[in-house]
Amino acid sequence: MIDSHKRQRIGIEVSIGAAEMVKLCRPDGIAAYPITPQTHIVEHLSEIVADGALDAEFIPVESEHSAMSTCIGLSAAGCRTYTATSSQGLQLMSEILFIASSMRCPIVMTIVNRALSAPISIWGDLSDIMANRDVGWIQIFGNNGQEVYDLTPCAFKIAEDHRVLLPVGVNLDGFTLSHVVEPLETLTFEDIDSFLPPYEPKLRLDPDNPVMMGPVGAPEIFTEAKKAHEDALVASRLVIDEVFAEFGERFGRHYKAVEEYKTDDADTLIVTLGGTLGETGHVAVDHLREQGEKVGQAMLRVWRPFPFEDLQRILAGRKLVMVYDRAISLGGPGGPMASEIKSAMYGRADAPAILSVIAALGGRDVRWKDMVAQVADAKEMLENEQMPNYLMVGVRE
Amino acid sequence: MMNLKPKCSELELGAAVTTPGSAREYETGDWRSFRPVTDENKCIACGMCWVFCPDASRILIPRKESKSGLTGSYYDFNPKYCKGCGICAQECPTGAIAMAQEEL
Repeated sequence: MIDSHKRQRIGIEVSIGAAEMVKLCRPDGIAAYPITPQTHIVEHLSEIVADGALDAEFIPVESEHSAMSTCIGLSAAGCRTYTATSSQGLQLMSEILFIASSMRCPIVMTIVNRALSAPISIWGDLSDIMANRDVGWIQIFGNNGQEVYDLTPCAFKIAEDHRVLLPVGVNLDGFTLSHVVEPLETLTFEDIDSFLPPYEPKLRLDPDNPVMMGPVGAPEIFTEAKKAHEDALVASRLVIDEVFAEFGERFGRHYKAVEEYKTDDADTLIVTLGGTLGETGHVAVDHLREQGEKVGQAMLRVWRPFPFEDLQRILAGRKLVMVYDRAISLGGPGGPMASEIKSAMYGRADAPAILSVIAALGGRDVRWKDMVAQVADAKEMLENEQMPNYLMVGVRE
Repeated sequence: MMNLKPKCSELELGAAVTTPGSAREYETGDWRSFRPVTDENKCIACGMCWVFCPDASRILIPRKESKSGLTGSYYDFNPKYCKGCGICAQECPTGAIAMAQEEL
């Protein structure tokens, strides 16, 4: 079992590891509803609270809509607040997600990414978070269990910084990540206490200092309220970088808004978001490199605020960029991430050819061999000037 | 005094209201596209407009001088809150209220 006062390297299910890290962050309030494949996280947290290992209110609610509503109440009362969800649960929360961020509640939520119905799918893809791109939250991704574990205290520290005060979603892939046992290098209460100070609310519900949160925003102030929210979200990037840097200095694991893998001399890049294709991409790049192909990989860790400048720097001057989306904007431009990367590069003389690839929907396996073949196909399409708007790979039609 | 037209940077966190009781400083009269114009020489101060006003925007005003021989007070509108719905003009038994277009 995990000793919360001793650093260990142990094999543990990623969901349980995530819950153990939430414990180290000492939230005051947790409101959650179980949903596959997120259930193990809140189930384990409820045990931690019931065992007295964490002094927090654990509020079991009847739906995700209520979970996020309760989280707003907890946060407004001045609590460090946590929840977790997945897929349909995130969709049911959607209405309240906008309110949490607009009211500037620094809630942290683990989002175990899973496809949206129908047909019913409990398997992984990014349809859920892509449907909630514009909720005004900071959105970050962990590619493996260690990253999810490490990004959780970073998320609280970023969210609660008075220059930010926005909710943060920490995303990880359902099942292929949430339910696997990984070797995890753990941290301790002492580590996290020194890294993450107690939450100091800027405004909170207090009878001695009355304040009305979430009031009517008449036309005279609504535009200003949206611009203030946008400014805060864009400016949060500075704090995200600071917090990642401090985490790296203290604990030796370094994180960046966009991670690069073998990009130095690459003429072709694959771009991924999230663990499943992220780590498969590494293996594909290694094999392509062995064949003498100059291929590298960029992985977005920070999805909101969107890392425009990092991508412009990393993608500039490449020949071909393949953007792998695990979601489709139906009737739209193809992959949502590809669409945004195209907009980041639009009109620049150094822009590469950008191919939107839609893959691994609803748990469909994409093997490294598939990615190697897809890179060859894309190069051929570029050479023959037959680049489609987007390419849905592995589909029988 | 509450800042009713703040810049983005002047808004409280999350557009919160931190001054208790400040709603009275927020005036809604500029939602109006028509204004009721009362002919005080026809108003008999019966109070029908006051009864029917869905806001609380009919107010009794003392007459300064009377051309019609009527004395006392007459009803006019409160420009800070009247939304210009026109119910007062519809209900007035003497036809003392006409609706006129507001100009921007």
